[in-house]
Amino acid sequence: MKNLTAKKLRDQIASGQIKSLDAVRNIFERIEKYEPVIGAYISTFKEKALERASQVDKKISAGEPVGQLAGVPVAVKDNMCTTFGATTCASKILQNFHAPYNATVVEKLLAADAVIIGKTNMDEFAMGSSTENSGLKQTVNPWDTSRVPGGSSGGATASVAAGMCFAALGSDTGGSIRQPASFCGVVGLKPTYGRVSRYGLVAYGSSLDQIGPVTQTVEDAALMLNVIAGHDSSDSTSVSEAIAPVCDYLTKLNEPVDKLKIAVVPQFNAGADQQVQNALNEAIKVYKNLGAEIIEIEMPHLDYAIAAYYVIATAEASSNLARYDGVHYGHRTKDPQNYIEVYTKSRAEAFGQEVKRRIMLGTYALSSGYYDAYYLKALKVRNLIRGDFTNAFEKCDCVMMPVAPTTAFKIGEKVNDPLQMYLSDIYTIAANLAGIPGISIPCGFDDNELPVGLQILSPAFTEDKLLRIAGMYEKHTNWYEKKPPIAGYK
Amino acid sequence: MADLQYKIIVGLEIHVQLCTKSKMFCGCAVEFGAEPNSRVCPVCLGMPGSLPVMNKQAFEYAVMAGLALNCNIPMFTKWDRKSYYYPDLPKNYQISQYDLPLSENGYIEIPLESGQTKRIGIIRAHLEEDAGKNVHSSGNFSQVDLNRTGTPLLEIVTKPDMNSGAEVRALAVELQRLVRFLGVSEADMQKGHMRFEPNINLKITRNGTEYRTPIVEVKNLNSFRALERSVSYEAQRQLDEFLETGVVFGMGNKTTRGWDDEKEMTVLQREKEEAHDYRYFPDPDLVPVELTQEWLDEIKSRLCELPLKKQLRYVQEYKLSDYDAGVLTADRSTADFFDEAIKAGGEPKRVCNLLTQTGLKITKEKNCSINDLHISPKSVADLASMVENSTISASSAAAIFEAMVKTGRQPDILAQELNLVQKSDADELESIVDQVLAENAEAVADVTSGGKKEKKARGFLMGQVMQKTKGQANPKVVSEILAKKIG
Ligand SMILES: [Zn+2]
Repeated sequence: MKNLTAKKLRDQIASGQIKSLDAVRNIFERIEKYEPVIGAYISTFKEKALERASQVDKKISAGEPVGQLAGVPVAVKDNMCTTFGATTCASKILQNFHAPYNATVVEKLLAADAVIIGKTNMDEFAMGSSTENSGLKQTVNPWDTSRVPGGSSGGATASVAAGMCFAALGSDTGGSIRQPASFCGVVGLKPTYGRVSRYGLVAYGSSLDQIGPVTQTVEDAALMLNVIAGHDSSDSTSVSEAIAPVCDYLTKLNEPVDKLKIAVVPQFNAGADQQVQNALNEAIKVYKNLGAEIIEIEMPHLDYAIAAYYVIATAEASSNLARYDGVHYGHRTKDPQNYIEVYTKSRAEAFGQEVKRRIMLGTYALSSGYYDAYYLKALKVRNLIRGDFTNAFEKCDCVMMPVAPTTAFKIGEKVNDPLQMYLSDIYTIAANLAGIPGISIPCGFDDNELPVGLQILSPAFTEDKLLRIAGMYEKHTNWYEKKPPIAGYK
Repeated sequence: MADLQYKIIVGLEIHVQLCTKSKMFCGCAVEFGAEPNSRVCPVCLGMPGSLPVMNKQAFEYAVMAGLALNCNIPMFTKWDRKSYYYPDLPKNYQISQYDLPLSENGYIEIPLESGQTKRIGIIRAHLEEDAGKNVHSSGNFSQVDLNRTGTPLLEIVTKPDMNSGAEVRALAVELQRLVRFLGVSEADMQKGHMRFEPNINLKITRNGTEYRTPIVEVKNLNSFRALERSVSYEAQRQLDEFLETGVVFGMGNKTTRGWDDEKEMTVLQREKEEAHDYRYFPDPDLVPVELTQEWLDEIKSRLCELPLKKQLRYVQEYKLSDYDAGVLTADRSTADFFDEAIKAGGEPKRVCNLLTQTGLKITKEKNCSINDLHISPKSVADLASMVENSTISASSAAAIFEAMVKTGRQPDILAQELNLVQKSDADELESIVDQVLAENAEAVADVTSGGKKEKKARGFLMGQVMQKTKGQANPKVVSEILAKKIG
């Protein structure tokens, strides 16, 4: 069962070959075995999951129609609100916070008859690239437990990689799905901004945040996107389907991509480690052999993406995180002398260092006298980057580049050097600034047997095509079949 | 004493609560006096992950008000976050509008006591969400009630065009009438639907030199009386202060004061208005609002003749008194009812009297609107015509009006049933007059002799006729007969 994809498991459950109950039991056996090492989960819901699985099984044996994820054990990142369990964002400030409502994506998973087995670890409030900023626990990379799983959705990608769930939902503000997916050798898709409802996703950078799937295969990513995509009247920034219709990404997956034209940005890619570049070049060769045309382009403003991102994201974060003040919910300091102390002490005690750093950065960027020089300028850079992509997509179907400049790095290697850590987002950030979709798929290994990811970026609301392009590669390679040895895979 | 003159200069910031059913960015009911924290949801509680969705009706109401304030309505407007920490503000930022408000550069005409009007400039009017309420009870803690959080507020900022407490009050009252007329706010002062913050200073001319006193902002006034008095008080206080210290307006010496309703004085709250850094930036959770011409036209079509204009028209066209015209235009339903009654052929002055003297007395007793009386403007017009052509007396009209409200029946039928139709048949009345004259020779003599008892005697004879006809004689016809008989 552990070698099944979510799609295959779903089909076998729906056809009665496998019981969801068995699949969930099996997953919890694996969790009990590997979680103490990997540390992917902040919370798990065994009882609830078993109960739900048997409900789905009953539905199936009664011949009732079931959803697209019928009986499939899935996990969600712990920044999506659930009425069951806590929603912590891996922060001490929300450690005991129980949301009074389900995020829209959670409702959609449940409506598709998925079995939510747990909530995964992350960098606190999704701020980080290694999951080391979790205020609650450490997650390690299943391929090498001395290394980070990437971040901020490191719990989700480690969990999928280690076979502790069949698929997961992560969130991506500057690469937080794609970068850990590449570090853990799984597929990670960041949909177009507005494709998936953010309602119930605890905000980090609201204009950049997007929920997306973390899966074993491209096909599974299409399946998950089928379930979560679509307009939500509770999210004003989710795009109306009149403007950008949602399609059946699974059915579309098998349509061939004719005259595929791929762009690469040689100057930009030169910054990545040689082994990462090698893997990228090999991947592009595969496409070439499949008949794709490769062109080289320039995207002059990508160099400014990190600077713009860390102004915009932190500015929004400084405002989004203002609500965690100890007054209404979450951690409150003991014995405050006045209400100001409720704020200052509660926040000082419960926010981690990186969160504090970003709140301060963002507050500064929005302060009067600095707004124009930082925030406004960053918005202008953002527009230029959007323009770079618009120009690029006039010439090609997609842009390919590395996901991260390196493979998974050692735990502790970059924690004390935030700027170095920020640089690990260099290839992923631009997609968030431009609002376009991007996917990371496994494309090989470095000398340390660590997975490398290939990133593909395509125009807004062309997830169907993006998935088809990714699927072409997957069909002709077998990287996705390789599993980390640690988790009982051979 | 040196030659000294001064002028009060006042600009106003007004918060008007719009009367939408639900809040500005969520579906919670806007309701006054509900159990604390019972009208809340994840959105207005600022729960993690919740997102605001604009209430379209609130936006349309705000645009209506902007149009009525003669503002320019830009086709593009957006939402901004205004950051400050306070326990009644769950997100610690307020969704408001900063540099692109939904309306700007307008004016409002206010009535002056002289009967003239004065134009007061409107700088802008924008939408924002209200905060909750901190409740300070005993003990070393406070409680927060978030029912009010997220209620739509229209913030209106005027130019400093007012020059007296009376003018400030007139603007406030006119604005109340305006928003009620538009149906965009109940503007109930008791429920805090209108809150005022005047900015006040003086322009002083002494020995030919001009001085300006430091600007004082008085916070959170919620009655017309407090508003007017605080302005007057503050003018005097600033004059005294100037004479004592000579302090004049300069950078950074704007102060904030509060109004003590019991002592009837302003009290210092913040000495130097620190330039508050609200760190405004566009709210990424909301999309900008882009008006289309069709949408704007549709909103425009909901506007009506505005109250002051209507009031002036009633005075000019119908020769009503300014007072009566003011009463009729105090709220839209009464004014609309009056207009309909005139259209149905009612004589304006008579309809006005019926409405102001009887109709509004009943609505006041019942605490309802004229429409809730379930009588038609046409029937009131008919009733007015019956008075006009002497079918009934003016005093009977009141009784019939009340009966109409009770029974919902037509005035002519009620007049018959209640025996209130006046006897105007001259032959019939003449025989009654003859009888009265015959029975009261002394009074007749008083009249014919023309002495100082004449007036009283005439009244007595008229009274006798009325008594014999049970009050149904048409007094006009009776006087004519009396005049014919005894001069
Ligand atoms: Zn609400």
